Amino acid sequence: MAKELTPQEMLRIDLSPPTQDWMDIPVEIKPGIYCYPAKPEKIEIVGMPNPHEWNPLDDDWNLPEGWKETFLEGMRERLDKHRSFKIFMDICVRCGACADKCHFFLGSGDPKNMPVVRGELIRSIYRGEFTKAGKILGRLAGGRKLTEEVLKEIWSYMFQCTECRRCSLFCPYGIDTAEITIIGRELLNLLGLNINWIQEPVANCYETGNHLGLLPHTFVQNIEFLLMDIEEFVGIKIEPSFNRKGAEILFITPSGDVFAEPGIYTLMGYLMIFEHIGLDYTWSTYACEGGNFGFFTSLEMAQRLNAKMYHEAERLGVKWILGGECGHMWRVVHQYMNTFNKPVPTMEEPVSPITGTKFENAKSLKMVHMSEFTADLIKHGKLNLDPSRNDHYKVTFHDSCNPSRGMGMFEEPRYIIKNVCNHFYEMPENTIREQTFCCGSGSGLNAGENMELRLRGGLPRANAAKYVHEKYGVNMLANVCAIDRAVLPASMEYWCPEMQVAGVSELVANALIMEGEGPRTMNLRGEEIPGRAPAEEESEGNEDV
Amino acid sequence: MGIIVSLGAVLAIMVVAWIGGSISGLQPIFGVLVPYAAFAVFLIGFCRKVVYWAKSPVPFRIPTTAGQEVSLPWIKWAKLDNPSTTAGVIGRMFLEIFCFRSLFRNTRADLRSGYLYYSPSKWLWLFAIGFHYAFLIIALRHLRLFVHPIPGFVETLDAVDGMFQIGIPPIYLTDLLFIGAVTALFCRRIFLSKVRFISLPADYFPLFLLLGIGITGLLMRFVFRVDIVSVKQLANGLASLHPTVPDNLGAIFFIHVALVSTLFAYFPFSKLMHMGGVFMSPTRNLANTNRMKRHENPWWTPPKFHTYEEYEDMYRDLMKEAGLPLERE
Ligand code: HEM
Ligand code: SF4
Ligand code: SF4
Repeated sequence: MAKELTPQEMLRIDLSPPTQDWMDIPVEIKPGIYCYPAKPEKIEIVGMPNPHEWNPLDDDWNLPEGWKETFLEGMRERLDKHRSFKIFMDICVRCGACADKCHFFLGSGDPKNMPVVRGELIRSIYRGEFTKAGKILGRLAGGRKLTEEVLKEIWSYMFQCTECRRCSLFCPYGIDTAEITIIGRELLNLLGLNINWIQEPVANCYETGNHLGLLPHTFVQNIEFLLMDIEEFVGIKIEPSFNRKGAEILFITPSGDVFAEPGIYTLMGYLMIFEHIGLDYTWSTYACEGGNFGFFTSLEMAQRLNAKMYHEAERLGVKWILGGECGHMWRVVHQYMNTFNKPVPTMEEPVSPITGTKFENAKSLKMVHMSEFTADLIKHGKLNLDPSRNDHYKVTFHDSCNPSRGMGMFEEPRYIIKNVCNHFYEMPENTIREQTFCCGSGSGLNAGENMELRLRGGLPRANAAKYVHEKYGVNMLANVCAIDRAVLPASMEYWCPEMQVAGVSELVANALIMEGEGPRTMNLRGEEIPGRAPAEEESEGNEDV
Repeated sequence: MGIIVSLGAVLAIMVVAWIGGSISGLQPIFGVLVPYAAFAVFLIGFCRKVVYWAKSPVPFRIPTTAGQEVSLPWIKWAKLDNPSTTAGVIGRMFLEIFCFRSLFRNTRADLRSGYLYYSPSKWLWLFAIGFHYAFLIIALRHLRLFVHPIPGFVETLDAVDGMFQIGIPPIYLTDLLFIGAVTALFCRRIFLSKVRFISLPADYFPLFLLLGIGITGLLMRFVFRVDIVSVKQLANGLASLHPTVPDNLGAIFFIHVALVSTLFAYFPFSKLMHMGGVFMSPTRNLANTNRMKRHENPWWTPPKFHTYEEYEDMYRDLMKEAGLPLERE
């Protein structure tokens, strides 16, 4: 960040735009807001066009020759490929219903962060370069020409949108500015103008299979470390399998949970739940990334990374895939995967081997969400639970954008939490479920250099969390998203310091009574559970006092 | 700037029509030719636009899911806000088109002493729905001028709309609603800073046009009193493709007709096409069956990805050391 702002300073936000015409406000690329450019070698690994050195703060971006034609040609091609894009270019009435729905606008007051203006940045090019009226009348018809200045503006604001779709919920025509951003970023990628925080994970994921570029043995080792922790805190020894042919189920989760707090506790949770129910499953070191930063690059790149899941499922001969808690992973899996890939004939319609439940809603794709799977286990009484072990947590649930507005999974995680925790409180209704606010750092914007943008974008979510913290003493923000787990701690530390962050499966595992377990005086984080000092060890039987 | 230009354009159209309508030799142009041309442009333009949209495929299923998905049988499913059946989609679209469902969700956000507050905000919905229904009913009532004999439902609409019998001739409720709602929408654009910021000439222009249509309509009814028999003669003639121009129509009538013609001709090239677009919006008109059914993308190409074989070739030694099973030793 350029300069450290205190929350009070950050909160001096003016939500009334100036009287100036937006086309007359020059673009400003600000430290703390922008992300570093993609390194050429990371673009080369995946063979994407026009890798080059450039710096967003420079006047000259070393744009490739013919960049304007490339951009416009790309736009024409995408108009022909996506009805959504065409219609969204034509029918916005600028009613402003979406204007104050975006967390980046609410947190920054930058009027170009109103979704409608983000869309207009591109629509103005559409009108100015593609429609007759715009070509002749120019600004009178709302048209602009594509200049370097305009390109920089588009770049800046396409990377200040987390593709969360909150705006699309309120638009009377369902105009989805996220869709415009997705396509806008594709166009920028034609010119080699990605950000490195997205490009590097894409390159890593392509080769090693995960964002951090963990090599196969490191991936295994990391999980082994977590198994040791489980042994220490829970008293159970677990031996999962990797790349095992013939397993019934392949489990895939975002790699963020393999190495970083608090995601690792979620991953420990998965391991314990699977052990408890005796699931016949395997991990894969090849398809070891649920997340898909390709989706923040281009739909083609998303498809190329996503293809590994089915490829591995087929190779290992599993019946179906179980997917861990992740937001954008599930947007891609739920809305795109079934179209990206040809079906795998060897896979079968998913049935829970424990309860016999058929997951009808996933019968074609054959991939089930961890929360769907767990909710079903709990409903059938297959998990032995002691929710009082989570009594020191007052929990609220943050709906991640993607499972909310790109899937509609609201009840499953709530049902789980209510069964594993005794204290659950909802945040205000305009900030949850389909109206949920983004964490502020989604869609690959979780870098370090744009921390001011992240904190600003995180304000609406953090503000609602702070509200329940002050009102009910809520101290745990549960979620089903690896990016949430990676970024919300920073946002909470800034806006609501007493709030911790956890994946739902961590809370489940805390409450899980496992056969042969130790005294369970510690939670998965290795912290003493208040009121369960070792002295009370013997009173296992009536623990739920 | 946008306001002045748009107002200027609408006034210019009115002046031209006024002059044209006052010169009897030009009346066939303004009474027959212009309306016909405008209507033709509307029909052809509208269809072309819809075809232009339809030519692009919908490669992916991207409904905005606004409620609980269909899931485990004991979980209550939001059949309309997150439909997975055709009936559900029809229900969702019905609510969007006839009730402006999404707009009804509208909230306003305020930041006060460090806290964000969200409150329901139905004004935009109210003005919008008021305007659209008034417009629809007024358009239907106009059928009495064009169709002979007058259809029964038009008579009923007329009777209900004018039921308060205030003034002579009685004023229609929808006329008041129309003028009121359009004025309110206009006021939003100039008084709300966010809406002013995003407004383009193309936003003010249709509002002035609609206001002009409404006002000239009222003027004909209450102030300049056009001869309704002659108007019917012209309208019936237009509708039956045997146009005649009666000679006692006032200039005000030609102004009204010119503005309506402009609206028609302008329609297909403007944001007013939201009328067609709302039906075709992929975030609203698709069922959420993504994992239940496979969906084809017409421009699908096989992905070029890093295969397991390539991966194993790259890391065989490391994998061996870690005790991972291999395809080839
Ligand atoms: C299926 C038919 C239609 C639907 C569902 C529909 C829906 C809407 C909605 C939800 C709005 C946004 C609210 C607003 O900005 O006021 C709107 C705006 C508007 N509609 Fe429609 N509409 C339809 C047909 C029409 C037609 C036939 C016209 C013809 C004149 C029209 C003219 C307008 C105008 C001028 C606005 C913008 C108002 C403003 O500038 O604030 N609409 N429409
Ligand atoms: S809500 Fe939809 S129509 Fe209204 S300004 Fe936003 S994108 Fe445009
Ligand atoms: S998708 Fe989300 S981040 Fe992007 S403009 Fe809409 S509300 Fe803002």
